[in-house]
Amino acid sequence: MKPQLVWGNPLWDSKACTSLVRVSIQTRGSAASPYVISAHNLTKKYGDFTAVDNISFDIPAGESFGLLGPNGAGKSTTMRMIGGVSQRSGGTLSIMGLDPEKYGPEVRSHLGVVPQQDNLDEELKVRDNLIVYGRYFGLPLSYLKPKADELLEFAQLSEKAGAKVDDLSGGMKRRLTIARSLVNDPKILLLDEPTTGLDPQARHILWDRLFRLKEAGTTLVLTTHYMDEAEQLCDRIVVVDKGRIMAEGSPAALIRQYSTREVLEVRFGSERNATVAAELAGIGERTETLPDRVLIYTDDGERALEEVAARGLSPLTSLIRRSSLEDVFLRLTGRSLID
Amino acid sequence: MTSAPVPLTPAQSAAKARRLGSWYFAEHTLRVMRTYAASVLMYSVGTPLAYLFAMGVGLAALIDANGAGAFGGVDYLTFLAPALVASAAMMSATGEFMFPIMDGFKWRRTFFGPHASPLAPAQIAQGHIIGVTIRILVPTAIYFAIVVLFGAAPGPWAWVSIFTATLCALSFGLPLMAYVSTLTKDSGQFAAVQRFIVTPLFLFSGTFFPLATLPWFLQWIGWLSPLWHATELGRVLSYGYAEPAWLGAVHVLYMLATAVAGAVLSRRIFTRRMGA
Repeated sequence: MKPQLVWGNPLWDSKACTSLVRVSIQTRGSAASPYVISAHNLTKKYGDFTAVDNISFDIPAGESFGLLGPNGAGKSTTMRMIGGVSQRSGGTLSIMGLDPEKYGPEVRSHLGVVPQQDNLDEELKVRDNLIVYGRYFGLPLSYLKPKADELLEFAQLSEKAGAKVDDLSGGMKRRLTIARSLVNDPKILLLDEPTTGLDPQARHILWDRLFRLKEAGTTLVLTTHYMDEAEQLCDRIVVVDKGRIMAEGSPAALIRQYSTREVLEVRFGSERNATVAAELAGIGERTETLPDRVLIYTDDGERALEEVAARGLSPLTSLIRRSSLEDVFLRLTGRSLID
Repeated sequence: MTSAPVPLTPAQSAAKARRLGSWYFAEHTLRVMRTYAASVLMYSVGTPLAYLFAMGVGLAALIDANGAGAFGGVDYLTFLAPALVASAAMMSATGEFMFPIMDGFKWRRTFFGPHASPLAPAQIAQGHIIGVTIRILVPTAIYFAIVVLFGAAPGPWAWVSIFTATLCALSFGLPLMAYVSTLTKDSGQFAAVQRFIVTPLFLFSGTFFPLATLPWFLQWIGWLSPLWHATELGRVLSYGYAEPAWLGAVHVLYMLATAVAGAVLSRRIFTRRMGA
C-alpha cells in the first residue's frame, strides 16, 4: 500500500507522516481496496497564476475527504479537475482508475457533483430537474420517474415536486442540487462548498442528509471553509492555502498536532489587545494576537485564565473553548479561514 | 434509499452519452421550451395573421391596383409571403441563439449542470442547436400553412420553403450563437444585434421589394443576408420565380456554409470556455 505522502509540503514532518501512514493502514483494511481518487503533483495554472500547486492525495472508497481552506485556496479548481471538467496543467490524476482528460464521460458517469453555485434549471419544475439530469446519463424514464420521487423524499422536497425551482428557498435549492447529483447512484460525490450561504437550520438538515450517504458507503469529497463542517463530515482533511497542501490528517489528529486541547480567548478592546499580548507571554503554550482578541493556547483554559487575573489583567470578556480546525489553520498560515 | 438499481453501469452511461449526448441536451432544451410553448404557438399563428392581413392584404390591394409587373407577374401577397416566412424564422432564431446562451454561461449557468454529467461541452452546443432547429421548424410550418390558406403559395414545391426558411434561421443564428458564446457580460449587445443587424436585414433583404430596386451601394446587404438568399429560394419554390440554377445553388451553399461555420465555432468556444 502506498503511503499518503504530501508533496512539496514544507510543514510536513516525519512524525506526522509516520502516524498518518499507520492510521491509513488501520482504516483501509486490505490492499485489495483501491483508491477511488489519486492525485499526484496535480497542478493548475492560469497564465502566470498557479491556482493549484503540486498537490498529491489518495482517497480510498467510502472515505469522507475534505479540502479545507480560505477562498482562493484552489479548492474549487481541484474539484473541477477531479470532476473531469477542467484540464490540469501538470501531474497525474486518476478517478476510478481512469484519467479524466482521456475518459471524461466515463469518469463523470461515476460521479455526483454539487457545484458551489446552484445551476438548476429554474424554468423547469423541481421534479423535472431531476428527470432531465438523469437523461444525461442515458437513463430511461421508466427508471427516472420513480427515482425522482424517491430522491425528492430523501431531500425532503416531495411536497415541492410540482413547484418551480424559483419558488424554493436557498436551502431547498441546495438539497435539490444534492438530489440531482444522486440520480445516477454515484459512488463518489463531489460537494463544493455545500452549505455556504445557508442558515444554521438548513445546514444541519443538509449535514444529516450527507451523513446518511456517508453511512451508505458513498465516498464524499467536499470543500469548505467552515471548520465545523469539516469536523462534522470529514474522516480526513487536507488544509490548503495558496494552492498548496499545508497539512493532512483527521480533524482530531490535526488539532492534536497543531494546537492545544483548549483555547482561552480574551478581549481587552481593539485598542489594547496588541499591547496586552506582551504581558500575557508565558501563559499557556503560545499566544496568537488577532485584531479583536488574543488567543492563548493551553491544555487547561481555567488555569490560564487564573494566571491572567493573577497578573492583574482584567479582560472585557473571556471564553474557554476546545481547539478547532480554525486554530490549526491559523497556526499553519498565520491567517484566519474566513477573511 | 431502497430503490431499483440503476439500469446502466457508469461505462454504459458514458457510452450512451458519447453517442446520444447532443440529443439528451436537445431534450432538455425542448422541455424548457415546452414551458413557453403556448406563447410560441400564439406567436406562430398571430404573427402571420397580422403580417399577411396588414401587408399582404391591405398593402397588396393598393400595390396590385397599380400593376403587379414589378413582382414577376405574381400578386404582391405571393411575392411577399416567402420573405415573411423566412424572416419570422430568422427572428425566432435570433432570440433562441442569444438569451439561452447567455443564460447557460452567465445568468443562471444552466450549461454547467450538464457539464458535470457525462455530456461534453460540444454536445451541449449541438443539443441546443438541435432543440432550436425543431423549435423553429414547427412555427415555420404553421406560418407556411397559413400562407397556403391565404392562397399565397401556388407552386407544388412551395412546402420546401419551410426547410429553406429554417436553414436561413440557422445561417443567421449559428454565427450569432458563436458570438454570444464569447460574451462574459451583457452590456447592450443584444439590443444592438436586434436594432443594427436584424432590423436592417429585415428591411433590406429584398423582403418587401426586389433587391435590384435598391441603390447599388445598399445591395451588398442583401448578398450577405441569409434572409435574401432564403427569400429568393422561397420565391423560386413558391411560384417559380425565374432565376439561374447556379444562383439557386449559391443560395443553398451560402446558408449551409455560414450555418456550419457558426456551429463549428460554437462547439469550439463551448469547449474552450467550459474546459478552462
